[in-house]
Amino acid sequence: MPLRVGTAIAEGTLLLVKSRTSVRDHSCEEVMDMRQIAIYGKGGIGKSTTTQNLVAGLAEAGRKVMIVGCDPKADSTRLMLHAKAQTTVMDLARERGSVEDLELEEVMMTGFRGVRCVESGGPEPGVGCAGRGVITAINFLEENGAYTDDLDFVFYDVLGDVVCGGFAMPMREKKAQEIYIVTSGEMMAMYAANNICKGIVKYAISGGIRLGGLICNSRKVDREYDLISNLAERLGTQLIHFVPRDNVVQRAELKRMTVIEYESGATQADEYRELARKISENKNHVIPTPLTMDELEELLITYGFLEAEEVAA
Amino acid sequence: MKNTIEERKATVASLLKVYPEKTAKKRARHIIVKETPSCESGDEACKSSCPIKSNVKSIPGVMTARGCAYAGSKGVVWGPVRDCVHLSHGPVGCGYYSWSTRRNLAQGKPGVDNFVPFQFTSDFQERDIVYGGAQKLEQIGREIRQLFPEAKGITIQSECPIGLIGDDIEASARTMTEELKVPVIPVRCEGFRGVSQSLGHHIANDTVRDYVLGKGELAESTPYDVAVIGDYNIGGDAWASVKILEEMGLRVIALWSGDGEIETMKVTHKSKLNLIHCYRSMNYIARHMEEAYGIPWMEYNFFGPTKIEASIRAIAARFDDSIRKKGEAVIEKYRASMDSVIEKYRPRLEGKKVMLYVGGLRPRHIIGAYEDLGMEVIGTGYEFGHADDYQRTMNHVKDGTVIYDDVTQYEMDELVKYLKPDLVGSGIKEKYVFQKMGIPFRQMHSWDYSGPYHGYDGFPIFARDMDMAVNSPTWKLVKAPWEKA
Repeated sequence: MPLRVGTAIAEGTLLLVKSRTSVRDHSCEEVMDMRQIAIYGKGGIGKSTTTQNLVAGLAEAGRKVMIVGCDPKADSTRLMLHAKAQTTVMDLARERGSVEDLELEEVMMTGFRGVRCVESGGPEPGVGCAGRGVITAINFLEENGAYTDDLDFVFYDVLGDVVCGGFAMPMREKKAQEIYIVTSGEMMAMYAANNICKGIVKYAISGGIRLGGLICNSRKVDREYDLISNLAERLGTQLIHFVPRDNVVQRAELKRMTVIEYESGATQADEYRELARKISENKNHVIPTPLTMDELEELLITYGFLEAEEVAA
Repeated sequence: MKNTIEERKATVASLLKVYPEKTAKKRARHIIVKETPSCESGDEACKSSCPIKSNVKSIPGVMTARGCAYAGSKGVVWGPVRDCVHLSHGPVGCGYYSWSTRRNLAQGKPGVDNFVPFQFTSDFQERDIVYGGAQKLEQIGREIRQLFPEAKGITIQSECPIGLIGDDIEASARTMTEELKVPVIPVRCEGFRGVSQSLGHHIANDTVRDYVLGKGELAESTPYDVAVIGDYNIGGDAWASVKILEEMGLRVIALWSGDGEIETMKVTHKSKLNLIHCYRSMNYIARHMEEAYGIPWMEYNFFGPTKIEASIRAIAARFDDSIRKKGEAVIEKYRASMDSVIEKYRPRLEGKKVMLYVGGLRPRHIIGAYEDLGMEVIGTGYEFGHADDYQRTMNHVKDGTVIYDDVTQYEMDELVKYLKPDLVGSGIKEKYVFQKMGIPFRQMHSWDYSGPYHGYDGFPIFARDMDMAVNSPTWKLVKAPWEKA
């Protein structure tokens, strides 16, 4: 039965945050609170692209969505806004003196199909503390009422590895309750996914965050589907969707658009619509069971990845 | 005496009983009762078996009076250097609450050649944390240069966030030194480093070594050039000390760092003998000068006439007959006035018992001054001492003295209740606790807004202050009305 997300009556959203993921009514009139979802994964794996494309799918289906970019590069909303480098929370705070001097409207833009876009912003690589920037920006959004009742989804697009407390901010209590990890069949992407799961375990115990699944952004690695399905299983979760590789994604990116906007009829657009549907219907929320390094390597051997490497070499 | 020692040992053991087993075991190693034989200063064999544990992390859950590395650098070593601006780099609190708390007196015109009364802070905001503080730091440097063109240097005293966000203050300091044409000295004294302020002293000493020492030339040298190291001029202590040294015929070419100047610190490598008062906070630089420039160093003690006389003779012994003669003349000159001080106060203080808990050198150095007044130190300890401090202490205390390291508020309270001293000498945090217990108290970090206590000038003030505390009629009036019966 499809969820009638979007008709939710979310009174006092901020106070209800703790129970946002819970389905409140199991009768035919299923309604749902705002769902806050964080997307993690290895740097360069395609988190921002995947997030924006799937958000486009949700928006197209009439859902109200906000994307919070948690990366100083501030490229989490480019495809929504058709422009890079919108005014970020931290950049404007730097200019004005402090975050208290900002108005929400100044940093929140509206993009494709009404998707609200915010970028935390932060320093160039190698200086300052980008993690603190994420914390400050999210606090600012909360204090200034960015999380309005009409929102169905909030997506946090978080920088690469969870290198410090700041980048775990979206996992903490009252923030995201669901995490999806973007990965591929490449060793380091899987390694990162496993590491992120360790972080989730920590915050699952203290806060209540759950893993919703792995999203495989295919790199056309041998037996990639089997490999990631198995990794998902070992982590106690699911491979929620296997997104095949398609050059239309790159073409759309060049035009600063999602595939759904750029070429609505493309099969890849349907893949993202399917991912959006699966996420919006997903009820499989777990505390993951991270693997040891040995187990991870074993998995790669089982699926012939390491052997293939050796043959190639 | 044997009974006293056993009794005190039993008391120490019993006061530790309230702790969880692990804590009690750890703390037991930090509190001892002096018993001969014990270690003698410099005895290598004894060093390894020093009976008291020190310089380790405080036990969580109990009050410690310790400071942090920033306190050790900004508050102790660098702060008193008067012709430089010392920038508290980070959020405003560390700077504000360390502003003028240590009573390092300094000469000079405020804002011209004396920056001790000032507080400079980079007042970090969220944006500085997120984007780093480099640009702000450089801007502050320019402003300092513009507003205070006479400042001879700038030190960057790092607060915790500087280390956390990894700001490259060394690179900023290099750029600023070049642009501003004054030395800009980066000090990595983030508060979370080390177990107490002690590491801050060491870090500050290292920056003096790397950025200051040997960078200047002394116009003329004499065979009688000495440097006073580790006198922070609390209430004018350094001035009282220099007076004695000059009367002895010596020339003090640098004061480290009370009323100190970076200009004279630069030429300290030209000293013929380094005289160390606070060994703990500045032995590092003295050892360095010994290794790098062959400058000998010695410790001395200018608290109370007995120690002053011994120190004058020990210092004079390092020089020729002329200095020795002058040294004796100095002793002779002040003896009568010192005798009259003792004559006046000793009958009022004779037999009074004292407990100390201070930092640096005082837990051992002041004992002689109390003894000159007929008082007995029955307990003493260091906030941040190391094994070599405790070894040195053993020579100054009698059997039965309780020695405590990084003593907790609870332990100190209990020890005071049990030992019933007539006077407690410690810091501002302890002061009101003991006064409320009806026990006379003197602040022995700041001299309780008095001083100096060093030298011949200091002893009469010291004696008066101790008498004032111990014999104040106030203590007869503090009984609660319901305790009248």
